[in-house]
Amino acid sequence: MIRLVDQPFDPGALLTAFTAERRETGAVATFTGLARAEAGQAQILELEAYPGFTEGQIGLIADEARTRFALHDLTVVHRVGRISPGEAIVFVATAASHRRAAFEACDFLMDYLKSRAPFWKKEHGPGGTRWIEPTAQDHADRERWGR
Amino acid sequence: MARVLLFGPLRDLAGWREQAVDGVTSLSALRERLAADDAELGAALARAGVQVAVDQALVRGDCALAPAAEVAFLPPMSGG
Repeated sequence: MIRLVDQPFDPGALLTAFTAERRETGAVATFTGLARAEAGQAQILELEAYPGFTEGQIGLIADEARTRFALHDLTVVHRVGRISPGEAIVFVATAASHRRAAFEACDFLMDYLKSRAPFWKKEHGPGGTRWIEPTAQDHADRERWGR
Repeated sequence: MARVLLFGPLRDLAGWREQAVDGVTSLSALRERLAADDAELGAALARAGVQVAVDQALVRGDCALAPAAEVAFLPPMSGG
């Protein structure tokens, strides 16, 4: 499941739903990303997506992750719109037979989401607004996977 | 009538998010029209790193536009 949501979500509820009724999955790994306050510099984070296109592009990477890590299932839930510090921005869950594949797939998906997914991110702070681009570290993280 | 969508910093630069443009049958003609209306936007749309999606599929170079095409200009993606 790949979903964009414009309201706060409960990562725990997503995990509970994701783990329900599995008999062959031995490992579920999750990652939850939260909006940071940056010591007051980031009062609001505004995330823009291109509805339909953004889910489609994430879906292509999700398909790659499914094959590469032999996943049983995965979920990506991503916030859009105005996000306050402390709120969850992204939730990724992966299910596999064993833990290594579940951990690595989660890491792989997050490196893509942080560096190349079709989102545009604006930070609203005390001094005004600024558009944020991926850091060199974000790109280096993605390149670990040969992408 | 093509439906043109701008995202991220391009939207701030242009001051609009969505616009209907009449009578253009190719992406290059659409670019010329937008540049004629707003030279600064035209230059920004032509910058390296700005991708174009027509009906939600990425395209490279020029292409024909169907009458009801949706054309999105995508500045460098920031990730989530």
